[in-house]
Amino acid sequence: MSAPQPIAPGRVVAGVALRPRAVAVGAGCLLLATAFGVLAIGGGDYPMSPSDVVRTVLGGGAPAEDFIVHELRLPRVVTALLVGAALALAGAVFQSLVRNPLGSPDLLGFTQGSATGALLVVVTGGSSAALAGGAVLGGVVTGIVIYALAWRGGLHGHRLVLVGIGVTAILTGVNGYLLTRGRLMEAARAMLWLTGSLDGRGWEDVLPLLVATAVLAPVVLLGCARPLAMTEMGDDLARGLGVRVQGMRLVLVGSAVLLTSLAAAAAGPVSFVALTAPHLARRMTGAPGPNLLAATCTGAALLTGADLAAQRLFAGHQLPVGVVTGVLGGGYLVWLLAAQRKAGRI
Amino acid sequence: MKFVPRPPPEQFVVVTESSQISGATRAPEKRAENGRRAAALLGSAIALAAVLVLSLGLGARQLSVVEVWHGLVDADSAAYTVVHEMRLPRTLLGLLAGAALGVAGGVMQALTRNPLADPGLLGINAGASAAVATAAGLLGVASFQGRVWFALAGAAAVSVLVYAVGGGRAATPARLALAGAAINAALYSYVNGTMLLDSAALETMRFWTVGSLASAQGATAAMMAPFIAAGLLLALALARPLNALALGDDSARSLGAHPARVRVGAIVTVTLLCGAATAACGPIVFVGLMVPHLVRALTGPDQRWMLPCCALLAPVLLLGADVLGRLVARPGELQAGIVTAVLGGPLFLYFVRRKVRA
Repeated sequence: MSAPQPIAPGRVVAGVALRPRAVAVGAGCLLLATAFGVLAIGGGDYPMSPSDVVRTVLGGGAPAEDFIVHELRLPRVVTALLVGAALALAGAVFQSLVRNPLGSPDLLGFTQGSATGALLVVVTGGSSAALAGGAVLGGVVTGIVIYALAWRGGLHGHRLVLVGIGVTAILTGVNGYLLTRGRLMEAARAMLWLTGSLDGRGWEDVLPLLVATAVLAPVVLLGCARPLAMTEMGDDLARGLGVRVQGMRLVLVGSAVLLTSLAAAAAGPVSFVALTAPHLARRMTGAPGPNLLAATCTGAALLTGADLAAQRLFAGHQLPVGVVTGVLGGGYLVWLLAAQRKAGRI
Repeated sequence: MKFVPRPPPEQFVVVTESSQISGATRAPEKRAENGRRAAALLGSAIALAAVLVLSLGLGARQLSVVEVWHGLVDADSAAYTVVHEMRLPRTLLGLLAGAALGVAGGVMQALTRNPLADPGLLGINAGASAAVATAAGLLGVASFQGRVWFALAGAAAVSVLVYAVGGGRAATPARLALAGAAINAALYSYVNGTMLLDSAALETMRFWTVGSLASAQGATAAMMAPFIAAGLLLALALARPLNALALGDDSARSLGAHPARVRVGAIVTVTLLCGAATAACGPIVFVGLMVPHLVRALTGPDQRWMLPCCALLAPVLLLGADVLGRLVARPGELQAGIVTAVLGGPLFLYFVRRKVRA
C-alpha cells in the first residue's frame, strides 16, 4: 500500500477546502474542454478557424456563421460539457458513498432505469421529448426503488452495491424484452439511444440539464463535499464530527440520481464517463477524498474530447459518442481491475 | 499490503471422512444425512420429469399427458408434429442449457468461494455474447456450429479474467459482484456497438441477447450435447477436489488435491458449459446463482451431491421459466431469459437483504 501523502493545507472558502492543485486541475480541465469545444464547433461541412469560432460565439460573426454556430453546433458542445460534468459528479458521489472505485451509477442500475423508461417510450412510438421524459422518470423511479430496497436502518455502501446489481440484472432483462417488441426501425432508434449520442442536439434538449446542474451542482459541491469526505473515515467518526450521515446520503443520492437521469435524457446513457472521470481527477489532484470539483471538470473535458474524437476519427463517418467512451472505458476497466487486484483491494 | 488469508466461508466447508474424528459414533448420523441427500436427488429428478412433461404439453396448443405420450412415440398421432418439430427440440435445449448453467454456477461458487458467483452476473455469458456478436457483425456467422467456437473463446477469456479478479485470495461478495457488473457493462456496450453498425446483426442479435429457447431446431440440442456432456463429466470429476479446496489451499494439498490443476479444470468446465449454453440460447442470468443456493440448502455443501442435484434442478427452473413465458403472454411468448431475470432478480434482492449484514 502506498505511503500516506502529505496534503497541502488548503484555504477554506464557503465550507470547501480549496487546494491549489485541485483548483489548477479543475481550471486546466475546463480550458481543455473549451479547446475541444472550439475545435468541435470549427469542424464539419462548413469549416471555421478557431479565431472565427471564438468571435462568432461571442456575438461578432456573419449571419450565416452565427446561425451555424449558435443553432447547430454550440448546443451539441454545451450538451457534451454538461452531460460529462453531470455524469462525472454523480459518479464521484456514488464512488465515495459505496467506498468502491467501481461504484458508478451505470453499474448500480440507475442508468438502466433511465433506459427502461426511454425504451418504453420508443416501443410505444413516442416523440423525442417524451423519450427524454421517460428517461428521467425511469431513472428517478429506479433510484427510489434501489434506495428503499437498500435501506435498512440506514443506507450502507455494500448493500447499495448488491441491490443495484440485482436491479441492473432485472432491468437488463426487461430492456432486452422491450427491444424485441418494437419493429426493426424502432429497435435501431432505441439502440442508438442506448449507446449514447450527441447528434442533432438543440437548445431544448440541453435546457432541463442546464437548470438541474445549475441547482444541484452547488448543493453537492458546496453543501456536501466536506461531510462526504468525513464519512469516508467511517460513519461513527463522521457523526462524532457533527455530520448528519443519513440525511446527507439522502441528499447526495437524490442529486446524483437526478443528474444521471437528466444526463441520460439529454444524450442517452453514455457509458464509463461516470466511472473514469473521478479516477482521472484523483490521479491528477493527488488528493484523497471524493475530489468532486476536479471530477466534474474532468468529466466535461472527457466527454467533449470523446465527442470530438467520435466526429473526426473516421473521415466521413460519425460514430455515436457512446462507442468511443465504451471502448476507452472498457480498456481502462481491465487495467483498473488488474491494478486493484495487484493492490489487494479486490 | 500484507496478505492475510480469509478463513473459508462456513457454507462451503465440507466435513470430509478424513476430518471426522470418531467415525464409528458418527455412522448413523452420516447414514441419515446420506438418506436426506438421496431424497433430495430423487425429488429433483421427479420435479424434472414433471417439468419435462409440462414443457412438452403446454403452449399455444395444450396437450394432455396421454397426448404427449402418443405424440412422442406414435408417428400417426395428431400431436406428433407439434411434439417432435416444436416442443421436443426446445425442451431438450432447455434441459441441456439449464443443467449447464446450474452446474457452472455451482462450480464457480466453489472456485471463487463466493456465494454471489454466477456466470451471468460475473460476465462470462456476456463474454460469450460479445464474441458471438463479433462473429455475427463482422463475419456474418449465424449458425450454431459457427457460433459455438466464438462463444467458447469469449467465455474462456472472461472466465480467466473473473478468476484473476475473484479467485484465490477470495474477494468479498460485494466486490466480486461489482467487478462482474463492470465487466458486464463493458461487454454489453461493445455488443450494442456492433449491433449499431449493422442492422442485419441487430435483427438477429436483439432476439438472441435476451436469452430464449425459442430458436431451437432439431439439431441444436444434438450439436451442443457433446460440449455440455464433457463439461458435466469434468465437473463431476472435480467435485471431490473442489470439496478439498474449500478448506484452503494448504489443507487441500494435504488431502491430496492439486489446487492449481483443480482451478484450471474448473475454468475449463465453466467455459465449456457457459460457452455452449450461451451459443445456443443467449446469455441467461440468475439460473447459475439461484439453483446452487437452493441445492445447498437441500444437500449441504458437499459438491459430490450438490453438482448432480444442480444438474437436475437447474433445468426445472429454466424450463419452468420457458413454460411460464409461453403461458403468460399467449399467443406470443416471453423469452425464458426475461422470466428468469424477472423472477430471479427479486430472489437475489431478498437474499441480499437477508444474508448480507453490515
